[in-house]
Amino acid sequence: MPTTKTDRVAIKISDDVVRVRQLTRALSVEVGLSLVDQTKIVTASSELARNTLDYGGGGEVTAEIVEQGGRRGVRLTFEDKGPGIADIEQALKDGFTSGKGMGLGLGGAKRLCNEFSIDSRPGEGTKVTIARWK
Amino acid sequence: MDRIPILKFGNALLVTIQVDMHDRLATALEEDLTSKIVAHNSRGVLIDISALEIVDSFIGRMLDNIAAVSRILDADTVVVGMRPAVAITLVELGLSLTGVKTALNVERGMALIHDRLAGSEADDADDQD
Repeated sequence: MPTTKTDRVAIKISDDVVRVRQLTRALSVEVGLSLVDQTKIVTASSELARNTLDYGGGGEVTAEIVEQGGRRGVRLTFEDKGPGIADIEQALKDGFTSGKGMGLGLGGAKRLCNEFSIDSRPGEGTKVTIARWK
Repeated sequence: MDRIPILKFGNALLVTIQVDMHDRLATALEEDLTSKIVAHNSRGVLIDISALEIVDSFIGRMLDNIAAVSRILDADTVVVGMRPAVAITLVELGLSLTGVKTALNVERGMALIHDRLAGSEADDADDQD
């Protein structure tokens, strides 16, 4: 999948969550996503950036504009080197939380995107990739 | 630290969120509102979110908490001005804000609060009879 633009943002403090939202918005506008789709992926990016910060102990997001078969989309990859998720299936369920949240972040983010994948190993970290296509 | 201004408007408090809130700002607003409700004896809280481009689970929970705490303090919370795209996204996210009263705009939100106040004043008058 060719990538036409790549940006990286470190996620270390809560202001960085705002920065991730703004970057996601800028890329979504550039790709030409509808307003509802922009809102969905920006909201998903906010949930995942907060997860990276609160549960992963900080990390980084790679934001890209990607092209496939003439379609353009926004792809975001969140990576941390935190404790990882032991039971991914459980973590994706609404209402499941190991912290102070509502337990909507991971499952909610999945529903708001066209593509979602998660790779996590206990003790090594977590990588979540989402994409929204025009 | 930045603070979101809270205006006193008769018996009610008016908050207009104009910035992309980071989490600490949202938490500070929750605390400030609670103390202002008590300080001004407010019976209603109107929160205008028309400038917000997204409401994620953190901000959603903040709105829910404000509504729950103000209810205990005998004040009604009305959230107004939610953008259509935000409403669609919130529902898909799984957050339906069941504890929060909503209105389309500030005018209708104020009317909701005033209706409730008029109702409770009428009850008070009945009690005196």
